[in-house]
Amino acid sequence: MNKHFVSAFVTGLIFGIGLLVSGMANPDKVLSFLDIAGAWDPSLAFVMGGAIAVGAIAFTFVKGRTHSLWGEPLRLPGKKDLDKRLIMGSLGFGIGWGLAGFCPGPALVAFGTGAPKAIVFVAAMVAGMAIYEVIEKSRTKAVN
Amino acid sequence: MTIDLSSFTPWASLSGGVLIGIAAAMFILLNGRIAGISGILGGLLTPQKGDILWRALFIAGMVLAPTAWLLMAPLPDMQIDASYPLLIVAGLIVGISTRYGSGCTSGHGVCGISRLSPRSIVATLAFMFSGFVTVYIIRHLVGM
Repeated sequence: MNKHFVSAFVTGLIFGIGLLVSGMANPDKVLSFLDIAGAWDPSLAFVMGGAIAVGAIAFTFVKGRTHSLWGEPLRLPGKKDLDKRLIMGSLGFGIGWGLAGFCPGPALVAFGTGAPKAIVFVAAMVAGMAIYEVIEKSRTKAVN
Repeated sequence: MTIDLSSFTPWASLSGGVLIGIAAAMFILLNGRIAGISGILGGLLTPQKGDILWRALFIAGMVLAPTAWLLMAPLPDMQIDASYPLLIVAGLIVGISTRYGSGCTSGHGVCGISRLSPRSIVATLAFMFSGFVTVYIIRHLVGM
């Protein structure tokens, strides 16, 4: 099997285990971070700090390169403008995140535990992503 | 603001964060891609030839993380307080808006900030802000 497929699986696995270790697969803990007016749990900031500290080394290393160590083209987002889609989409995401305490990664890990509530959330999230694709399709059709 | 020291897990969260950072680093260094969960999952809904298997394997790795964990230790506590209707609403919002805003906590929050992308920094500030506001409204104004 192609090594890129192995690394994709292993990356997902390490990411998921990281979420379990960090406590972020537990929506209650995420909501305790978002509840700054209540009994605040700053743990999520430590997760972000640890992840960004390591990530920054890798992204600094690839800066200016065109290919990965395995010769794959580097696919870095090229967009620079702070448009309405970015800001409205992110504000919207925060609302959904605050309602249930799930963002996409932790939701997939929780889904993997078989918890019925996590399965329902992931099903709704995938449906939401499908709705987005339908809207995008009709929008580009209208433009053309 | 009071810090909830009984649930604060600085070391576990920092270590989990480092694992997430290692996953993000591996993915850009080897596969040349951003480990953004909403983008990887969403891309499966408009399948392109040669662009399906790595996405499916990454997602499979995340979903199987709890199973791998169970081989070593019992799963950590997971508390999902949101009701089923709220989970459906939250899931739909997260699905649509992470695609609309081109990313979530992993793509913008971890990878984007790691590479100092202005768009991702703005996106992260936006979803953190609306997450804080949403939880404030739900817990302290509505009292759910």
